[in-house]
Amino acid sequence: MSRSRKLLILGGTVLAVLGMLYGLYYAVFVEHQTLDRMGGSLAGAFNHAAERRWDDSQTALTAYRGTKYDYIRQVDLHSHWIDLAMLLIVLGVVFDEVAFAERARFAIALAMLTGSIVFPLGVILQTAHMVPQMAQLGGSALAIAGSALVIAALAATAVGFMREGAS
Amino acid sequence: MLVFGGIALVAAGMLFGDVFAVFVLHQNGGQTGQALLGAAKAVAAQDSSAVNAAFAQMGNLLEDRGTKVDAHVHMIDAGYLALLLALIQPYVAFSAPRKKLLAKLFLTGGLLLPVGIFLIHYVGLAYAPFPVIGWASVLADSAGALLIVVLLVESWGFRNYLRDRSAGPVEPEPPKDRTWERRALLSGGTVLILMGFIFGAWYAGANLYEHEHREIVILKDLLYQPAGAGGLADSLNAYGSLQAEKAVQIAAHSHIIEFGLLAILLSFVQPYVFLTERWKRIWVKVLLAGSVILPVFVLLELKLGLLAGGVADVGGLMVVVALVGMLVGVVRHTGSLDAEARGAR
Repeated sequence: MSRSRKLLILGGTVLAVLGMLYGLYYAVFVEHQTLDRMGGSLAGAFNHAAERRWDDSQTALTAYRGTKYDYIRQVDLHSHWIDLAMLLIVLGVVFDEVAFAERARFAIALAMLTGSIVFPLGVILQTAHMVPQMAQLGGSALAIAGSALVIAALAATAVGFMREGAS
Repeated sequence: MLVFGGIALVAAGMLFGDVFAVFVLHQNGGQTGQALLGAAKAVAAQDSSAVNAAFAQMGNLLEDRGTKVDAHVHMIDAGYLALLLALIQPYVAFSAPRKKLLAKLFLTGGLLLPVGIFLIHYVGLAYAPFPVIGWASVLADSAGALLIVVLLVESWGFRNYLRDRSAGPVEPEPPKDRTWERRALLSGGTVLILMGFIFGAWYAGANLYEHEHREIVILKDLLYQPAGAGGLADSLNAYGSLQAEKAVQIAAHSHIIEFGLLAILLSFVQPYVFLTERWKRIWVKVLLAGSVILPVFVLLELKLGLLAGGVADVGGLMVVVALVGMLVGVVRHTGSLDAEARGAR
């Protein structure tokens, strides 16, 4: 089995397990509480408004915004990691049919694996409120760089599949 | 077993998604909007208990919708993973009975996980073992844990294979013939995924933050009810439009990628589809056409309304029909193997 295939299959499997472990942890310890907090803060905003406590209503709405911002990204981390892992494994099975030299194939596989790890990690860094603003901006930069790596690697793979002379 | 179970899980998950889209999704969205309107009216009337009642109803509706979406997604994903595991079986160094047991455990987990998620809304916290986690969640979480354990054991088997390279594959690899069906599914699937990635990157860059910001602006309008021309009705319409915009864009992104992945996976199992070449090509074309029609017409729903929604549902149904067609081919393949074995005896 070629190095590029091994990298994709092994890296994808590890990423799938990581994504599932994160999903299990999130479902058991975080999700229910987060959903309660999100629903509670929105209901609180409406309740306070009904009681004409405008400042409290505004605070609750801000809390809702923050919780939802985190929730969307935390769920995205789980789903994107697992989906990207599946893609890596699938492509790993058939990667010898990408009609480039093994060295180029390994570079593409490495770019795809790196992007698949870094992109969701960047997304989750955006929710790390205990770190400075700069780190959150770094998270956005990582997410953009990671997704660009995956897109570039996938485009190269598509070209490789279409080229003649696949092994 | 994994090929059959994987395709069956994907087909069942897609059929469930189609039924959900036609009979539940739009009705649920309308009811949620009405509940939100009720909450806004209760704010104007300074009636806190009515606000609470409206939010209880909204929570119930969102849970109903969310668990059904999750059941759909998890059943399809479990099917994909089953197909993936089928592909790497030649490189998993375990005995045949152990592989069979692992396959049975995986398919059991893959079935129980979405069933558990689906039941969360109906079982609720009846006789719940934990304050916020009911029995249906326990079932879903346990099934998820079972999937993780099977994956870990399979990884161990793969590691064993890598450690003893000289031994070669532990069972015959599937034939890698460059047939028309294989090439069409492989290149078509990769292009679908690439399109989905590019659309997702565009959505994250151009719309995600704008949508989040717009939602808060609309909620503020609903809460503090400015003396706008349309008042509550306008705000509610704006909220409904925003939710629809988000839903179709996310659905288009996820569906086109999932269908691309499915097409690539199905390219590997073509040798096990025991049908004539003509029928194999028909199912490939139907599958790829449905894979494009569904996400494109989901996106067009905002412009063309229910007509586009109907065409999108037909696209989903085309994928399901193609999957069932291929599944029949897999069943015929296993039947032919059984017949051969009986003949040899």
